[in-house]
Amino acid sequence: MCLAIPARVVELLPDDAATVDLGGVRRRISLALVDDVAVGDYVIVHVGYALNRLDPAEAERTLALFAEARALAAPPQP
Amino acid sequence: MKYLDEFRDGGLARGLAAAIAREVDPARAYRLMEFCGGHTHAIARYGLTGLLPANIQLIHGPGCPVCVLPVGRLQMAIELALRPGVILASYGDMLRVPGAGGDSLLAARARGADVRMVYAVDDALALARRHPQREVVFFAIGFETTTPPTAVAIRRAAAEGLGNFSVFCNHVLTPPAMAAILDAPEGTRLDGIIGPAHVSTVIGTSPYAFVPERHGKPVMVAGFEPLDVLHAVRLLVAQLGAGHATVGNAYTRVVAEHGNRKAQALMDEVFTVREQFEWRGLGTLAHSALRIRECYAAFDAERRFAPAEVAVTEHKGCECPAILRGAKQPQDCRLFGGACTPEHPLGACMVSSEGACAAHYLYGRWRAA
Repeated sequence: MCLAIPARVVELLPDDAATVDLGGVRRRISLALVDDVAVGDYVIVHVGYALNRLDPAEAERTLALFAEARALAAPPQP
Repeated sequence: MKYLDEFRDGGLARGLAAAIAREVDPARAYRLMEFCGGHTHAIARYGLTGLLPANIQLIHGPGCPVCVLPVGRLQMAIELALRPGVILASYGDMLRVPGAGGDSLLAARARGADVRMVYAVDDALALARRHPQREVVFFAIGFETTTPPTAVAIRRAAAEGLGNFSVFCNHVLTPPAMAAILDAPEGTRLDGIIGPAHVSTVIGTSPYAFVPERHGKPVMVAGFEPLDVLHAVRLLVAQLGAGHATVGNAYTRVVAEHGNRKAQALMDEVFTVREQFEWRGLGTLAHSALRIRECYAAFDAERRFAPAEVAVTEHKGCECPAILRGAKQPQDCRLFGGACTPEHPLGACMVSSEGACAAHYLYGRWRAA
């Protein structure tokens, strides 16, 4: 019920709607809950609505923390 | 898919697991509740328990909207669906939930009720436009994640003058459920909470401030991907090690402290808080659910149809209520995996894709426990 997935906005449509790409599948969603969405943005889609924009910089920061943990767990061989 | 695959990477998961193993205090136990069914499924599906040190115990919480809806409310929906001229539109998860005496929306459909499964509330609006002679009732369930779309649909119906559309509102609030869990005897033994992902997208992280303030326990908001859950566990271990208790955010790519203010404003315009609401497993909680405001009363199915409130006793052997509180594990239920399976569920926790019993059954989490 609360599951939501990131999708890339490929086209803005009238009536606060957009077409998004979900790993190759296109579907129409509502943008009624999020302002100022642009083509190329990633949004979190839940029951046909974008709940929020995904922040790519924050995603990179989190992934960098994960990469650091992995580097510590398996130090490169000399 | 971008922003999913990276957060499911096995190598990174082992790195995080190794970091957690280094950073835990082996002399203590960590009892962490994953609040949401989305977390429960990630933990079971990706075998996260097996990656964590044995002294970290993950306990599932009540964050499964299908599971916490009491049977009485489902019976009201079944009653509405059976009325002449009504089309009942529902999210798919609800259709197979067992009601009184094994009844369900699906069984009602077999008896002639017009029950439609919809993916989005907008599909219910479309049904109302297509069938002006019928009454379309949307069976609205869910936490704050699912509530804003319902608010948008009600406003839309009002703007269009869509007089044959109404909503049977069962939207519930997360913070009161979290408070009820922490006040229960088993809740007092928890060390920290892995906080909701997409509920927090909407309401932000500040509504959980009472958890550290009143209970002295940390909350770490986490996404539903396996690395998000491990990241949250690591951050909780760090807080507990340092003797801190704050509301943290391990899902910063999507969740902001203040949440989505536009969605909050829309919810507030359309809904107001009920005096009380019954939850399966948690009992009747004050100010824990929403109803439709007076100004949108015309779209409130409870006012339009006045379905009779019914008290229903649950299946005697079903441990759903205790499982929802984290007091019991699915395998503690004598029906689990025998009389109750995803194909023939006796309790809601086995039906929902977020239910703890379904997660344990499908991914064999119970074998390891």
